[in-house]
Amino acid sequence: MSLHETNKIAIDVDNVTKRYAEVTALKNVSLSIHDNEFFTLLGPSGCGKTTLLRTIAGFEGISEGDIRLFGDSIIDLPPNKRPVNTVFQQYALFPHMSVMENVAFGLRRQKVVDSEVRKRTGEVLELVQLSGFADRLPSQLSGGQQQRVALARALAPRPKVLLLDEPLSALDLKLRQDVRVELQQIQANTGITFVFVTHDQEEALTMSNRIAVMSAGIVQQVGTSRDIYESPENKFVADFIGDTNLIDVEIVETDGRQATCLLLGNVQLICNNAKGATKGRASLSVRPERLSLGDASNSSLSGTVSRLTYLGTDIHVAVNLEDGEVIDVRVQNSEDARIPDTGDIVGLNLELDAARVLMN
Amino acid sequence: MAMQDINQGKNTTTHTYQGLGPSLLMPTWLMIGIFLVLPVLMMLVYSFLTKEFRGGVIWEFSLNAYDQFIFDRGLFGDDPPKMEWTYIGIFWRSILQAGIATLLCLLIGFPTAWFIATRVGNSKSIWLFLITIPYWVNLLIRTISMKFLIRENGPANEFMMSIGLIDAPLQMINTNFAVQLGLFYSYLPFMVLPIYASVERYNFSLSEAAADLYSSQWVTLRKIIIPTVKPGIIAGCILVFVPSLGAFLAPDLLGGAKSFMIGSLIEDQFGGQAGNWPFGAAVSMILLSMVLIVLTFYARLQSRRAS
Repeated sequence: MSLHETNKIAIDVDNVTKRYAEVTALKNVSLSIHDNEFFTLLGPSGCGKTTLLRTIAGFEGISEGDIRLFGDSIIDLPPNKRPVNTVFQQYALFPHMSVMENVAFGLRRQKVVDSEVRKRTGEVLELVQLSGFADRLPSQLSGGQQQRVALARALAPRPKVLLLDEPLSALDLKLRQDVRVELQQIQANTGITFVFVTHDQEEALTMSNRIAVMSAGIVQQVGTSRDIYESPENKFVADFIGDTNLIDVEIVETDGRQATCLLLGNVQLICNNAKGATKGRASLSVRPERLSLGDASNSSLSGTVSRLTYLGTDIHVAVNLEDGEVIDVRVQNSEDARIPDTGDIVGLNLELDAARVLMN
Repeated sequence: MAMQDINQGKNTTTHTYQGLGPSLLMPTWLMIGIFLVLPVLMMLVYSFLTKEFRGGVIWEFSLNAYDQFIFDRGLFGDDPPKMEWTYIGIFWRSILQAGIATLLCLLIGFPTAWFIATRVGNSKSIWLFLITIPYWVNLLIRTISMKFLIRENGPANEFMMSIGLIDAPLQMINTNFAVQLGLFYSYLPFMVLPIYASVERYNFSLSEAAADLYSSQWVTLRKIIIPTVKPGIIAGCILVFVPSLGAFLAPDLLGGAKSFMIGSLIEDQFGGQAGNWPFGAAVSMILLSMVLIVLTFYARLQSRRAS
């Protein structure tokens, strides 16, 4: 990660608001995207992530705020004057042009000389492993190959920032996983700042240096994959990223970092991961894999197994607490794993460091 | 397709309408056969016959009709042949008129089609509906109205004089301009509709991609939009050019003797003064061949695109 902590800021989104006639798509969004960073905008559909990307590309204007590229405001520039390039969700390849002409398009517009156009087009086609396909039309390529052409076309002009709008969503699962690795490598090799939009959290967690989780036009949290997964700042982030159990608790004592929580009115837990906690009602976010099953007699928290879901690598066990709350536990499918039956009464052991206190 | 798949190997065609396939086209084949193929063949035959003095034909093979189109052999037909430019001139003028009409329709029709295709929701169908409104009135009536509008003391001249644009009435009627106006007005929707259909299918993210790759709007139009909607443009041009070339109403009613076009020339041989059926048939055949050449050229272009 230290590689990316060159403090140079590639894109500075400064208090941007985008209003349409009826909806506000972006509400006071502020983000700093570092140079040479793989930055992901993650969120459910309609959260504003694509709108934000499009305001950076220049396809959408903004109502308030400023967007700076390496310090210079770009909000008054039309898209064709912004030194950023986009990989579109449905690729938007020019259907009447060969792969080569598609890739060369941006360079030709920049009046790059012919010999240089040929050289650079060849280079990027090699980078995306499509050298043999230069003369094909987009319609003669598979979805995965079209995706690579779209990437090559956007990389050819050597933009300072590459914007990627859910570029993998049209690919099937296996291909998507391969392309992820390739994209990461290309980003690392070229040193171009990538701004990647996705609704797929796995994509975001595996590829990004940092992630901005968005919802309802608001940036909920910005951080590394680990920050976001392990220390979500609010319930939305905890719930959206991965699976989590959100347990209602009452905080009876706290110093702002550690908190004593009361569950079900009588079980007391001391949580270490309680930044910003105050006394009163709150939620405890516990990942299913950070819980384990034990004997009911040895555990302060117990419940009845209501459902087992077999998932191959592990098994999800749903445990009903006394008050009816359902807690998901993920048990690794190993030889010595003790898998209960439905109806069994089990104890729940909780890794206290992994339980995160979130204020409501 | 799905139906075919299900039925394969089961011999259940009698339960579907598949067996009817070819016979479904029978009425159409009959119509085309009786009212298109047969008359064209008749014209072809007539063009090689000898003319009767006042219309009609004598059943005797003759190349006179085609000869007359190209050569001038004097009043009694026994002078040494000279090149006859009159009819070639009429053809040339017709091509020019039809070409200009096509170009005008394209210049006005393209932005119109673009505008309609880019409307959202219901208003699209309202605009399309408005385009078809002129067709509620017969072309003859519309052409005659046009004649009244642009005549010497008609509303067009009066209006331009009242706002001080001109001092004296403009001679518009019986000019090439009037013919042009008539052709343009008659065939504009034939340009708008196919281009509309093409633009409707246009993927607007291509324009965004072009802008993203440093294209100005003008370059995007030239390099991306026009090549992508070209099939619609070509279809529109054919639909305007071909009928304009053989148009009869506009040149006859709006143009004078100087604006004579192929359509009027042919009409003149059958219904009018000249009364030379073989020559009329020959001119029709020449016009038809020209149209076929244009269409073949277009088909070639299309198949090259497909391969």
